[in-house]
Amino acid sequence: EVYLEERLGELDLRSDSDVPDVPPPTDSTPEILKRALSGLSARWKNWWIRGILTLAMISVFFLIIYLGSFMLMLLVLSIQVKCYHEIITIGYRVYHSYDLPWFRSLSWYFLLCVNYFFYGETVADYFATFVQRREQLQFLIRYHRFISFALYLTGFCMFVLSLVKKHYRLQFYMFAWTHVTLLITVTQSHLVIQNLFEGMIWFLVPISSVICNDITAYIFGFFFGRTPLIKLSPKKTWEGFIGGFFSTVVFGFIFSYFLAQHQYFVCPVEYNSETNRFVTECEPSELFQMKKYSVPPLLQAVLGWETVNMYPFQMHSIALSTFASLIGPFGGFFASGFKRAFKIKDFADTIPGHGGIMDRFDCQYLMATFVHVYITSFIRGPNPSKLLKQLLILQPEQQLSVYKTLKSHLVEKGILQPSLRG
Amino acid sequence: NLQESESENKLDGETASDSESKSEFGGSPPVPTSDDTPEVLNRALSNLSSRWKNWWVRGILTLAMITFFFIIIYLGPMVLMTIVMCVQIKCFHEIITIGYNVYHSYDLPWFRTLSWYFLLCVNYFFYGETVTDYFFTLVQREEPLRILSKYHRFISFALYLTGFCMFVLSLVKKHYRLQFYMFGWTHVTLLIVVTQSHLIIHNLFEGMIWFIVPISCVICNDIMAYMFGFFFGRTPLIKLSPKKTWEGFIGGFFATVLFGLLLSYVMSGYRCFTCPVEFNNDSNSFTVDCEPSELFQLQEYNIPLVLQSVVGWKTVRMYPFQIHSIALSTFASLIGPFGGFFASGFKRAFKIKDFANTIPGHGGIMDRFDCQYLMATFVNVYIASFIRGPNPSKLIQQFLTLRPDQQLHIFNTLKAHLVDKGMLGSLEDA
Repeated sequence: EVYLEERLGELDLRSDSDVPDVPPPTDSTPEILKRALSGLSARWKNWWIRGILTLAMISVFFLIIYLGSFMLMLLVLSIQVKCYHEIITIGYRVYHSYDLPWFRSLSWYFLLCVNYFFYGETVADYFATFVQRREQLQFLIRYHRFISFALYLTGFCMFVLSLVKKHYRLQFYMFAWTHVTLLITVTQSHLVIQNLFEGMIWFLVPISSVICNDITAYIFGFFFGRTPLIKLSPKKTWEGFIGGFFSTVVFGFIFSYFLAQHQYFVCPVEYNSETNRFVTECEPSELFQMKKYSVPPLLQAVLGWETVNMYPFQMHSIALSTFASLIGPFGGFFASGFKRAFKIKDFADTIPGHGGIMDRFDCQYLMATFVHVYITSFIRGPNPSKLLKQLLILQPEQQLSVYKTLKSHLVEKGILQPSLRG
Repeated sequence: NLQESESENKLDGETASDSESKSEFGGSPPVPTSDDTPEVLNRALSNLSSRWKNWWVRGILTLAMITFFFIIIYLGPMVLMTIVMCVQIKCFHEIITIGYNVYHSYDLPWFRTLSWYFLLCVNYFFYGETVTDYFFTLVQREEPLRILSKYHRFISFALYLTGFCMFVLSLVKKHYRLQFYMFGWTHVTLLIVVTQSHLIIHNLFEGMIWFIVPISCVICNDIMAYMFGFFFGRTPLIKLSPKKTWEGFIGGFFATVLFGLLLSYVMSGYRCFTCPVEFNNDSNSFTVDCEPSELFQLQEYNIPLVLQSVVGWKTVRMYPFQIHSIALSTFASLIGPFGGFFASGFKRAFKIKDFANTIPGHGGIMDRFDCQYLMATFVNVYIASFIRGPNPSKLIQQFLTLRPDQQLHIFNTLKAHLVDKGMLGSLEDA
């Protein structure tokens, strides 16, 4: 029997060592840096490049924060598109599927559809007043789900029509690859934006905690590292892991203390329809008002204080930092496993010395979802203006019955005084 | 679906060995399926030639499935929900098994456990949301349920994360790729199978008619397209499914629209089909009793002039729902088949004849349900966009979690709105 390349499962059953390596990424270090560092040995040169680029990225980060929420949203969107592109490109290389008919267009089309769906929901929620004024937007918002679904279906039907006899399997693989990538990158970038709208502090503290954990785990590992942590990432050690955990919790605690004082970071982002800008101004919620806490007797001996003034948010920051240090790394291990599985050293070579955008953001993804779930479970109630909007589109009889239920509830709780007629 | 398996059966009946079947890559045998037909049927039909035997087996099983469908409709929403859940689990199992066969990955450590674990997590998440929405008062009463529902998302996420971490810890040196493939396979399957089964249940809760009419339209389209194709079929429709013809497609379309109109007319008269399913706290059971909404009240419609001469009436009494049924039938006939083509492409890509051989003569459960999936999502989006407004009890539930000052603000705005509309007589009368 002839064993062709495409025999059932053959393509995928070759053991990992048989898979041809993806050609190593080209060195994209800018010329200037190369000349400046030409004196040093290769190892130190690498260190310097990584160091400079790290500082560059952190500066860009601060700059964008200064520029405000809208710029941050754009940044998140660009990162999402770049990550998506990186992962899809890996898929092309693995399956040698550059020539598949329509496929590149379809991948970008699906990205557009899913983004349209998510951004539409966000816009409808947060820009309600802006939307009310414009007729065409009203129509788009009211039938938003239907329109998104129709757009997606068009893509789906195009995919079915594009199936070509000899390439069914490849096409299905790329279809699945695209969808899983969308699931990972797009949904989570939107969770990041929802967190951002809750207050910039909910965006900054988690991201910084993950970065801090990365750096401090590396430093602890460098100085004290002895016991390997996991086979997937041989460079990681238990000493680094635990040291990173404690440093990150302390860092998060202190960082939140500073951020919690400024309205700019603490207030939910709102859109002011008069000035047509984003504003972050409000009465800080309870979370961001100093409270006295009694120090537990154990720590009293150590610290020497009986009470301490803290922001309640700092307690939450402990939860966030803990997650960033203990579970966040699993996102990194997942990405390492993925890179080994597909024989790639880095996702791409966008950032010299660091690899692709995905390499920097692999731990962030789990974090974004966690923060979002955390906020909806423990912090934020439902959005009052959204609730009101929904109440107003109910049927009149339903409104009346809801009204009566609400009234009896409010009277019961003493929030509303019972009317004279009883 | 009907035409596909018929052509494959013909091939099997006429050629000597299974491995001779046409395949684009050549050389590899399809996954063998054992003959599942019960003994009694085998004996009864032993005289007929294999082709007619196949027809009879398919026919009998079709009738059996339709009868079964009617029985569970009669038994009520709770049983229907359970059936949907079982179908979902079976479909998931079928697709995952195909994955195992493709990748020969029976021996991957932990993998079977992890797939079932993820299925459980995602189901827990969706059922929890449904239960919280529809059984609000029941949940509020029982303390443990109340806590589970308040922190539902967090608990579901924690459960999912546990599975994710287990996956990462289970990665084994020589099998990284396989493991990632199976991980991806599992997630895509969950996305298709579980989310859509929950959309079906949401449709069901809206009213049994929203469950029965779409499913019947898809089945009707399947059968009608086959018949029209059988009698009048000439022009092939798409390379993926060589037996499908344009005549079958168009004939099936018109037949399905007509069928949908008639079925909706009959069903709209009965409360048990048109009323939303509600949970009655006092009797602790599901009830379908309500004042039928406008959609299900007969109205006079003017017949467009074009049709007046044909039909001979000036006005006709119809339920508004029947107009919606035209939209549903149209989708079932024009777009639903793409779900079938997708499944055909999938089967060709992975060299399988059927998803499984659960139903003799028909293949697996997935084979019967491949067109239904797009339909379920469409109906759900349709209802959310054009029919139903938000769920009042869900709104009340959200209201109760707001802060007192927010509650007061909303209450006053609502009150002002109602007074404006004249729903509230005067400010004191409220």
